[in-house]
Amino acid sequence: MNKDAPMTAQVSTFNAFRATLRRDLLIALKRRNDLLNPIMFFLIVVSLFPLGVSSDPNELTRIAAGTVWVSALLASMLSLDNLYRADYEDGSLEQLLLSPQPLYFMVLAKNISHWLISGLPVVLMSPLLAYMLYLPADAYWTLVFTLLLGTPVLSLFGSIGVALTVGLGSRGLILAVIVLPLTVPVLIIGAKAVADVSFGLDVSLHYALLGALLAVSLSLAPLASAAALKISVN
Amino acid sequence: MFSQPILHPGLCFTVFLPIVSYTPATSFSHILIIDQTAVMSAASDFSQTPLLEARSLFCERDERVLFSDLDFQVQAGDVMQVQGSNGSGKTTLLRILCGLNSSYEGEIRWQGQDIDENRESFLASLLYIGHRVGVNKILTARENLRWSCALHAPVTDAAIEQALLEVGLAGYADVTCRNMSAGQQQRVSLARLLLSPARLWVLDEPFTTLDVTGVKILEKLLARHAGNGGAVLVTTHHQLDIPCDLRRLNLDAAR
Repeated sequence: MNKDAPMTAQVSTFNAFRATLRRDLLIALKRRNDLLNPIMFFLIVVSLFPLGVSSDPNELTRIAAGTVWVSALLASMLSLDNLYRADYEDGSLEQLLLSPQPLYFMVLAKNISHWLISGLPVVLMSPLLAYMLYLPADAYWTLVFTLLLGTPVLSLFGSIGVALTVGLGSRGLILAVIVLPLTVPVLIIGAKAVADVSFGLDVSLHYALLGALLAVSLSLAPLASAAALKISVN
Repeated sequence: MFSQPILHPGLCFTVFLPIVSYTPATSFSHILIIDQTAVMSAASDFSQTPLLEARSLFCERDERVLFSDLDFQVQAGDVMQVQGSNGSGKTTLLRILCGLNSSYEGEIRWQGQDIDENRESFLASLLYIGHRVGVNKILTARENLRWSCALHAPVTDAAIEQALLEVGLAGYADVTCRNMSAGQQQRVSLARLLLSPARLWVLDEPFTTLDVTGVKILEKLLARHAGNGGAVLVTTHHQLDIPCDLRRLNLDAAR
């Protein structure tokens, strides 16, 4: 190995990271269902609330934040299964695990692509639905920002659950049982922030907490996912 | 590296536990890059240290001993055929040797060093094609190869087309793999043999779906790789017809 080796190694890791991200986005683009399912699910669930609960603007204003956040969480969970399933079945996951590159970055690439497909459209769509639910106009940005900080956490923590269960034949509810306890704090903080800002309260603490959760999940969750994947293919 | 107890459902909630057992080897400075020149120079000196060495391997599955006290060495230039009846543990052995399966006892060394301690350099020298060949059906042959090669070292499009040509898939680079036959998908995965600088090939039943010409191509590839100082571990029930020495490892005898 020459003295440039560490630098070449970084370039090579970056290449592998980029190739994995690109591949996953390409697969999602080729399978339209993957692209449309989460956002359609999100839209449908949110638009059912005015029909099922009440069409009274005051009532809807009160539940708007919670509704959007719960639907975002469910939409993220719905699309989680795609994350490693196909790769496990066709053997690509073994290739990923046998890559000499750090698994952290490979898993991170897959998580980022999952967020771009399932999380980002939800974030972009949320102001429209907030308008529909009579959320006060000054809470729109809070909703977008909390979702922007929170939905990546949902993807990252969700990935651990999928990685643990990908080898099981019938998973059923076990994925939800593993993932929900990890993601519920995000839901509570996110929905609370949006509700608080509607009452004119200061929400910087909520932002800080969501940011901290994002930092923790970004640095630790891919390691946990990587370890779980190794157990799953064993 | 990751012991069984983590599987315990009660611990599944613990995000932090798997991290504790995660080795620090993920940091950048430890990564070894596949260096073509290094591979070549290593290939030219047939030193006494075997490339791959297994010492007193023992594996038990569902309270049935698959093999015990299994010792073997793979030298540079070897093609070793792993034989055994159905269920004798051929696939399990190959997965153990790659580090995909950790439920074994014994020692596996790559160029004299334990594979778990020197994982990055071992993986950089390893090419594994399993039962499930790692070809995504939604992607085209080119997209599949581009990704699986980039995991080790990026390859050019020209190299991919050349490799596809050699495995008899000329003109199939941009065909979605779903529209290919099983044999053609197998050939896509075999194109990786031509694109990878790995010294050790571990192939699990690579002949099953290939036709007569496909078998010829693969046999030629195996012989050429062995001639270049590489090593091949292959499971197959097919009678290998290759010009170089063929070593056999019979798992039925190791029970």
